[in-house]
Amino acid sequence: MSNDRVTLTDKQKKAQRSRSIALALALAAFVIIVYVGTWAKLGANVLIRPM
Amino acid sequence: MALVEKNVSLGTDIGLSEANASDYIALLKPRVMSLVVFTGLVGLLAAPGEVNPVLAAIGILCIAVGAGASGALNMWYDADIDAVMKRTARRPIPSGRVSREQALTFGLLLSAFSVVTLGLFVNLLSAFLLAFTIFFYAVIYTMWLKRSTPQNIVIGGAAGSFPPMIGWAVVTNSISMESLVLFMIIFLWTPPHFWALSLFMSDDYEKAKIPMMPNVMGAASTKFQIFLYTLLVAPVAVLPWIMGFAGPVYGVFSMAMGLAFLGYARVVWRAPVGKEMIKPAKKMFAFSIIYLFGLYAVLLGEILVRKALLLAGA
Repeated sequence: MSNDRVTLTDKQKKAQRSRSIALALALAAFVIIVYVGTWAKLGANVLIRPM
Repeated sequence: MALVEKNVSLGTDIGLSEANASDYIALLKPRVMSLVVFTGLVGLLAAPGEVNPVLAAIGILCIAVGAGASGALNMWYDADIDAVMKRTARRPIPSGRVSREQALTFGLLLSAFSVVTLGLFVNLLSAFLLAFTIFFYAVIYTMWLKRSTPQNIVIGGAAGSFPPMIGWAVVTNSISMESLVLFMIIFLWTPPHFWALSLFMSDDYEKAKIPMMPNVMGAASTKFQIFLYTLLVAPVAVLPWIMGFAGPVYGVFSMAMGLAFLGYARVVWRAPVGKEMIKPAKKMFAFSIIYLFGLYAVLLGEILVRKALLLAGA
């Protein structure tokens, strides 16, 4: 079973890190867009909701 | 030795990738994207009315991401012909850095995100237009027209013409004659632009078995059609001034550039078929980019000056 472990090459590690950072940045940007966009779209109405 | 072999096969099976983030950015065709953003922005700023700047920025971002998504879908479907053509052989899929499945997933995800975000934050019409643009480029152009008819880029050119119309719809939630004119300028510009390119790249297209006009109808017919389309686009490009949503600077500029574009097209048309037509075709191709960029840049400049004067007067 231990032979099934996959060892990443340096190039693969570097590429994976690059993709992970890009994905994190894209997700963070999307969160900010949704947050800021909601405020811009709804303004103060964002606080008005039926309880 | 056995362990190494096993690792190698595992690596392939589970899809260990050496693709960097830059390879995924390349899938978005950043150069095409920048032109889309530019024309979309001009459409947005040319439109009458007000829009919240944050929502306008989200609108432009969605147009950019949607355009990038259709680029990724194009590369997913065209990977086989991209590998054959010199100009495209180094793209992420033919060079083996990104798999076709990864490109397809990436393109579909970005399409969905861009359209839904635009619909939720801006309006449904612009979201519909963006979805239609992606569909038109990926399905109608890439999957159908590109490999089946020499009219591929004439009809397919519509996909690249929609961005200013989407920008206009972001502000007005409507389609109007003005936005149709902005659409028509790019639509009629596309055939002479791409056919000038195909005149000196026809061997590449031949190798990839893409039925571009010079390969199917011959160079003489292509040169004549280039001239005809240039004859159409030159007066249409003056319409924004005649219709009153562009000023006199744009009017004079569009007429002068239209005449110059016609001049280039005439030289290409009159050049004998063969090596002698290559140089004028290359010159016309280069000028076509300056022509379209120049028209939209002057229109943008006028709009910005008008808005600045309004602000200063207020």
